[in-house]
Amino acid sequence: MSVTSSGPPPVSLPRHRGCPFDPPGAYGALRERRKAARLAFPDGAAGWLLTGYEDVRELLADDRFSADRVRASSPVRAFPVREDDPRRLGSFIGMDPPEHTRYRRLLSRWFTVRRMRELLPRVEGIVTEHLDAMERTGPPADLVRAFAQPIPSLVICELLGVPYADRTAFQAWSATLFRIDEDEEKIFAARDAVWDYMRDLVAAKRRRPDGALLSRLVHDEETAGAFSDAELTGVGLLLLIAGHETTANMLALGTFALLCHPEQARLVRERPERAGDAVEELLRYLTIVQFGTVRVAREDVEVAGVRVRAGETVVASIAAANRDPARFPDPDGLDVTRDATEHIAFGHGIHQCLGQQLARMEMRTGYPALLRRFPTLRLAVPREEVPLRDDMLVYGVHRLPVTWEG
Amino acid sequence: MRVEVDRDRCRGAGQCTLYAPELFDQSEDDGMVVVLDDRPPPALHGKARLAARLCPNSVIRVVGDGPDEG
Repeated sequence: MSVTSSGPPPVSLPRHRGCPFDPPGAYGALRERRKAARLAFPDGAAGWLLTGYEDVRELLADDRFSADRVRASSPVRAFPVREDDPRRLGSFIGMDPPEHTRYRRLLSRWFTVRRMRELLPRVEGIVTEHLDAMERTGPPADLVRAFAQPIPSLVICELLGVPYADRTAFQAWSATLFRIDEDEEKIFAARDAVWDYMRDLVAAKRRRPDGALLSRLVHDEETAGAFSDAELTGVGLLLLIAGHETTANMLALGTFALLCHPEQARLVRERPERAGDAVEELLRYLTIVQFGTVRVAREDVEVAGVRVRAGETVVASIAAANRDPARFPDPDGLDVTRDATEHIAFGHGIHQCLGQQLARMEMRTGYPALLRRFPTLRLAVPREEVPLRDDMLVYGVHRLPVTWEG
Repeated sequence: MRVEVDRDRCRGAGQCTLYAPELFDQSEDDGMVVVLDDRPPPALHGKARLAARLCPNSVIRVVGDGPDEG
């Protein structure tokens, strides 16, 4: 066989997980190649898959790549984006500078470390209320419905000024948008519905101001002058959906992982002052953005040992990167005492998560409070029976049946 | 050691303020980085370097070196 420059045949995105907490095993072999793998997308296009920690970090910080998904191929069939869709307005996660910069500069001050610390007493109160309710109802419980979903949902609703009473509707729309292989018509219907909901809410805030963030964005001189109501609708939706789909899944999946690693659960329970380290390790170990972060090359670029052509899509697997043995010793072990601060579960580069300080605070409060209130907490079903979110853009569990000695 | 920041590159992720609050804060006006101490004492050199490594946009530069303490 002659040596050519074509390399190994293209792979499709690894999907099959062995252990519920580990990324698909196929990522390990790809990462050992120490260069980008040719990736075949469902739409027939070919691009690249990055799995090494340093390569992924470098790509996400490289401004020769665009985050605009309209020009990208998608590694899974989900959330189609159409260029002429007015509903893309305000969704700064898919923007490039200088437009993206304008949004972050007007929004970042609402999510600073200090502002999020000011919310701590309220978050602690919300956590306590939900633990009290679990105790009143008694075992068993679905931890997703009793704890993991309502806590971040109520927090983001209060922060934004979205009526919590409307949660059933927008949680259902959000679930449709995040389901892969979902019927396109259903996705567009959900997107129209959730857009109309937020547009009406922005209009209501214009008529009747309150002190919460959406209203502040509508009325504060700086943001009111910078954003149209349609843009604020997009901003509000992005913040609401991101606030829902991420921390909720980390709380449930993180608890599942801790219950399957009792020694680690004990450390979190007995040393709540070290909860910060535990949260970073759970973020690294679980990395729920399971299908990677997508970028498109604006020009020909050398990255991860390959030449990416202008217009090609690159998928950066932050889940694989966070298990890179070259960066994290014994990467497949859950060790809440390790220093995991350099994980990239929140991304890297200009799009690194705007709400990360809020998410951290919710998790630092939530895990130890849950494990201390219910020291005998355990799974109520064999672990193989916990339904996994393999079918969603954000990984986690659909339900987590738990019980305890009441 | 001297700490320099390129504020134009900052997007307010807050990693520096979280891990090195003695050296960095975020502005009330725009959430972007504010340097509290650009000549950190040796005891904080490790934190300054950590903040520089964690910054998602390479905003923070640590110039010169010195012995770490603690």
